[in-house]
Amino acid sequence: MSTKTEVRPVRIVLAKVGLDGHDRGVKVVARALRDAGYEVIYTGLRQTPEMVVDAALQEDAQVIGLSIHSGAHMTLFPAVVQELKRRKATDIVVFGGGIIPDDDIAALKQHGVAELFTPGTPLQGIVDWLRKRFPEGAR
Amino acid sequence: MTSPGVGWASELSDPELVERFRSGDVRALARAISLVEKRDPSVRALQTELADGSRAYVVGFTGAPGTGKSTLVDALVSALRKDERSVAVIATDPNSPFTGGAILGDRIRMQRHALDPKVFIRSMGARGHLGGLSLAAREVIRLLGAFGFDPVILETVGVGQSELEVAAVADTTVVVLTPNLGDGVQMIKAGILEIADVFVVNKADLEGHHRSVTELRAMLSLSNAPGERKAWKPPIIAASAVRQEGIEELWSAIEAHRKYLTSTGKAEQLAADRLKEEAAEVAAELARDRVRRALADDPALTKRLLEAGTPYGTAEEILDRKR
Repeated sequence: MSTKTEVRPVRIVLAKVGLDGHDRGVKVVARALRDAGYEVIYTGLRQTPEMVVDAALQEDAQVIGLSIHSGAHMTLFPAVVQELKRRKATDIVVFGGGIIPDDDIAALKQHGVAELFTPGTPLQGIVDWLRKRFPEGAR
Repeated sequence: MTSPGVGWASELSDPELVERFRSGDVRALARAISLVEKRDPSVRALQTELADGSRAYVVGFTGAPGTGKSTLVDALVSALRKDERSVAVIATDPNSPFTGGAILGDRIRMQRHALDPKVFIRSMGARGHLGGLSLAAREVIRLLGAFGFDPVILETVGVGQSELEVAAVADTTVVVLTPNLGDGVQMIKAGILEIADVFVVNKADLEGHHRSVTELRAMLSLSNAPGERKAWKPPIIAASAVRQEGIEELWSAIEAHRKYLTSTGKAEQLAADRLKEEAAEVAAELARDRVRRALADDPALTKRLLEAGTPYGTAEEILDRKR
């Protein structure tokens, strides 16, 4: 017999990394994830990988979602994964979204980015992926 | 794992957490806060283990959405960092009542403190706390104090009950207003006059702030019932958070209120009252656990409850049982 603890929503830090002011996409995603019952911590524009990881640690987030439309994804996404390694927090799952060519997607997955979503992805696709990845809700 | 019937000081689910917490690992602190948020029973053991008597001074900020609370908190954190104080911020935003999800966006205004190890910011969904936000907030504040943060700033969107919960937890409650929020009657309706220890009229760079200050002052002079003269009169500070103006004055006002509480013995009384209240809340939580467990484990008891159609007998029976 286990005592029932509150079901707590999975916490997701969403951030725009680098010099990129296009935040409409990330806001739409934030809204969709909220409506799907997630707790989204949106940290805003022009984040460095260090800032994003720091926020995720303080917020005890299980997931980091990165948005980029500047083309710097091959530098910045792996940098976030690297920073997570440095802070010994590789249990935090990283996913990304933006205009990313197929070849880069394969390379980024090699670098430890769990999943990438490109323009045209239905919002439900992101939610379904998260549900599959965290079937039991928050740890 | 909790053993059956315990529900009291449950064991720690992760004994290493205390060690990591004590060694200053931010992740351990963050994890401990999550345990509080999901009402994990091991929190009680954790709190007992980490209690070291240190207590952070708690400043609560409340006000309508868009009054600039986060920006003001951000400015205050900057001022406190100049004095080498370690500051923690608990920023709450509402959860969706339909899905439980939330967008917590207060960090955006505080990004200049990112990477400063002496600043810890945690966003909390305001709803969905079983014992209410105030219970969770108190426990989180104690954790932050034990970790070495002082003061702790608690920021809440002033909608619904949350401002009352802030007042129930904070040592000094700051109510944030802006020019053109409405006339004095709106202020009475909002019920904010009673809970404020300090008023801030933010966005003092906007037109109309003099009028707001004057109206507020007039309202406050009316609010003292005859025969009941309050010893503390909440000061009104005009500030512009984006211009970092009035922030020193704000902190001075908070400090003055703190001195008032200490010198009059109210601080001790407040702390005692709150601990008593918290004990009652924790007891209620434990009782709730016991009743739920008893009903889940005992179909005959559940049957009797359903037959009776009222909860009182069953509830008392369970609580009277020897454990």
